[in-house]
Amino acid sequence: MATTVLPRATTYSRSRAYEWLTTTDHKKIGIMYVASSYFFMCLGGLLALGIRTQLAVPNDTLIPNALYNQLFTMHGTTMIFFFVMPMLAGFANYAMPLMIGAADMAFPRINALSFWIIPVSGLLLFSGFAFGGAASAGWTSYSPLAEAKYSGIGQDLWILALLLNGMSSILGAINMLVTIFKLRAPGMTMLRLPIFVWTVLVTAVLLVFAVPVLASGLVMLFIDRNYGGSFFDPAAGGDAILWQNVFWFFGHPEVYIMILPAFGIISEVLPVFSRKPLFGYKAFVLATVSIGVLGFGVWAHHMFATGAVYLPFFSAATFLISVPTGVKMFNWVATMWRGKLRFTTSMLFAVGFLISFLIGGLDGAFAASTPVDFDITDTYWVVSHLHYVLFGGSAMAIMAGTYYWFPKMVGRMLDERLGKVHFTLMFVGLQLTFFPMHLLGLAGMPRRIAEYAPTVWQPLNVVATIGAFTIAASMLQFLWNMFTALRRPADAPDDPWDANTLEWATSSPPPPYNFERLPEVRSERPLFDLKHPELRKPATAAAVVVSPGSGH
Amino acid sequence: MAATTPQVTAAAHGHAQKGMDTALMGMMLFIASEIMFFAGLFGAYFTFRGQAQVWPPQGFEVDPFPLPAILTVILVASSFTMQYATIAIRRGDRTAMNRALAVTLLLGLIFLAGQLYDYSNLPFSIRSGVYGSLFFTMTGFHGAHVLGGAIGIFVVLSRGVSGQFSKEHHVAVEAVHWYWHFVDVVWIALFFTLYFLR
Repeated sequence: MATTVLPRATTYSRSRAYEWLTTTDHKKIGIMYVASSYFFMCLGGLLALGIRTQLAVPNDTLIPNALYNQLFTMHGTTMIFFFVMPMLAGFANYAMPLMIGAADMAFPRINALSFWIIPVSGLLLFSGFAFGGAASAGWTSYSPLAEAKYSGIGQDLWILALLLNGMSSILGAINMLVTIFKLRAPGMTMLRLPIFVWTVLVTAVLLVFAVPVLASGLVMLFIDRNYGGSFFDPAAGGDAILWQNVFWFFGHPEVYIMILPAFGIISEVLPVFSRKPLFGYKAFVLATVSIGVLGFGVWAHHMFATGAVYLPFFSAATFLISVPTGVKMFNWVATMWRGKLRFTTSMLFAVGFLISFLIGGLDGAFAASTPVDFDITDTYWVVSHLHYVLFGGSAMAIMAGTYYWFPKMVGRMLDERLGKVHFTLMFVGLQLTFFPMHLLGLAGMPRRIAEYAPTVWQPLNVVATIGAFTIAASMLQFLWNMFTALRRPADAPDDPWDANTLEWATSSPPPPYNFERLPEVRSERPLFDLKHPELRKPATAAAVVVSPGSGH
Repeated sequence: MAATTPQVTAAAHGHAQKGMDTALMGMMLFIASEIMFFAGLFGAYFTFRGQAQVWPPQGFEVDPFPLPAILTVILVASSFTMQYATIAIRRGDRTAMNRALAVTLLLGLIFLAGQLYDYSNLPFSIRSGVYGSLFFTMTGFHGAHVLGGAIGIFVVLSRGVSGQFSKEHHVAVEAVHWYWHFVDVVWIALFFTLYFLR
C-alpha cells in the first residue's frame, strides 16, 4: 500500500499574537490570568499610593474628598476582584491540571471565556473615571450610600463589572471542579491530590455557592438604582441591613476564596524547601474542608455593630473557624521543624507569609470578640487586620508562588539575588505600612476618612506612607526582575527546586497537552517517588513492615 | 531501578470514562450556582415577609386563579414532556425525542407569553414598593431562566432534527433536561411562595 505523507498539524502556524488571543491551552490562559492580575495589582497599587500620599499630612487637600472616596473604593475592588482572585485562578489554571496529570482543563473554551471576561469587566469598572467618577461607596457598597440618590453612574458600572467578574469566577470554578473530579491521572486518588489542588477544590465549591448570592444582591441594587425598586433604601420601605446580609453571605466565603489557594501555595513551597513531606496531610485536608464549611456561618461578624445580628452564634462560629486555621499553622511549622531548609526567595516569602498571616489571624480573633469589636469597628484596626491577611497572607503567597512557578511557566529562572532584595523591601514595607494601623485604630482613627486634625495620628500615618512607597519600590524592582528574566535565553531546568509534584515531571515550559510520559502515582508526591525508587515499599508480603518514617 | 519504574504513556492517562459525564457534571454545578442565586432572592423575600405586619401589603393580593395556576400546570406538564424526550433518546428513538422536545418548547413559550399577559394585568409594578420589587424581580428572573432553557431546547431540537443524537451520544439533551427541571422546580417554589404562603 502506498504511503501518504501527511503534513504535521504543528507546522500550521499563526502569528504569536493570534495564538495567544485564541488559545484554549490552560497554561497560556493561566499565564494571561497572572499577567493581567499583575497589571491590575499595579493599578490598585497606584490608587493606594494616592490614599497614602493624602494621609501623610493632616488636613491635606491634595486630593478632593469625592476623588478620595473613589480611590479607596476602586483600590479595594481592584485588589480583591481583579488582582487576588484572578491571580489565584491563574495559578490554579496553570498548575492544577499539571499537578493532577491532566492534559488540559475539562472545558478549555469556557476556560478562555472565563479569562477574557476579566479584562472586559476591568475596563467597565475603570471606565467610571471617564464618565463622571468611578464607584465611591466603598468596596462593600453599603446601602443607602450606594443607592441612586447618593452615587452616580460609577456605581452602576461597578455593579455590572462585578456581575461579569462573578460570571467568570463561577464558570472558572465549575471548570476546576469538573477537571479535578474527572481528569485525574491513573492512581491520583483524592487523598493523593497535591494539597494545592485540595485548596483549589474547596475554593471552587465556595465560589459556586457564594458568588451567585452576591449576584442576587447586585441585581437587586441595580433594580433599586435604575428601575425604581425599593429593596435596600429605608426611605422607600427597603432594608439597608438586608444588603449587608446578602453582601457578607458572599463576602465572608470570599475571604476564604482569597486565602485558601494561598494556603495551598504555601503548602507546596514549604515541603519542597524543607525537604520533608507536608506534616499531617489528612489533617490539613480536613482543616481546609472545615474552613470551607464554617466559612458560610460567620458572615454576620462583619455586622456586629449593626445590632441586628445574633451576636453569640456569630462570635462563637468565628472563634471556631480559627481552630482549623490554627491546625494549618501547626502543620506548616511542623513541616519546617528539623527540615533541611533552603532559603530561596520563594521560601522567604512563604516564611514571611507565616509571620504576617499569624499577626492578621490574631487580629481577627480579637475582632471576633464582640465587646472588642464594638470598639474597633470601622477603625484603622480593621484596615490593618484585612491587609495583614490579604497582603501579608494572600499577596505574600502569590509572590512565593510566582518565584516558585515562574521557571515552569516561561522556562527562565528569576534572579535570586534581586528576589531576596525584593522580599526584604516588601516584607519591611508591609510591616511599616500596616503595623502602625493597629495603633491608629486603637487611637480611634476611623477608616475611609480623607483628612484628619494634626494629632498623635500623624507620625503613625507618615510611617505607613513610607511603608507604602517601600512596597511600591519593591514591586518596581520585581517587575524589573521579571522583565530581564524574560529577555534572557531559556535556562530553567525541568525540576529546578527538586520538587515533589507532577508539574515538575515535564519540560519547562511543558509541551502542549503537558506530558510525554506520566510517572506512576502512588502518593501525593509522585515525582519524589520517581526520583527515589529505593524508598518504594515492596508491594507484597514485605508491605507489613511498617516504616517509621512514613506518615501516611 | 529507575529504568524499570512503571510509566504510563500520555495516551493512556486522563479522561476517565467512568462516572458522570463531564459536561453533565458541569451542568449540575451550574445549576447549583443558579440555586444559590435564587436563594439570595428568596432570602430577601422572607426577610421582608418576616418584618411585615401585613403580608402581602394591602393592594398587592395576587390571585393564583385562574391564570397563574394554569401556567403552573403548563410548565409542570412541560417537565414531563422533557423527561419523555430524554427517555426516548436513551432508547434511541429520535422521532419521539424530537416531537417531545417540540411540545416542551411550545409549552415553555406559552408559559412565557402567559406570564407577560399576567404582568400587564397586575395593578402594581416593580416601582410600587417592596412587594412590587420582589414580585417582579423574582418572577422576572425566573422568566429569564425559562427563556434561557427554551433557547437550550431550541438548540437541542434543531440538533435533534438534523440527527445529531443517538442512544449513546446525547449529553446535550441530558444537560438541557436537567436545566429544564430546575426552572420548573424554581417556579413551583415561587408559585407557592408568592400565591399561597402568606
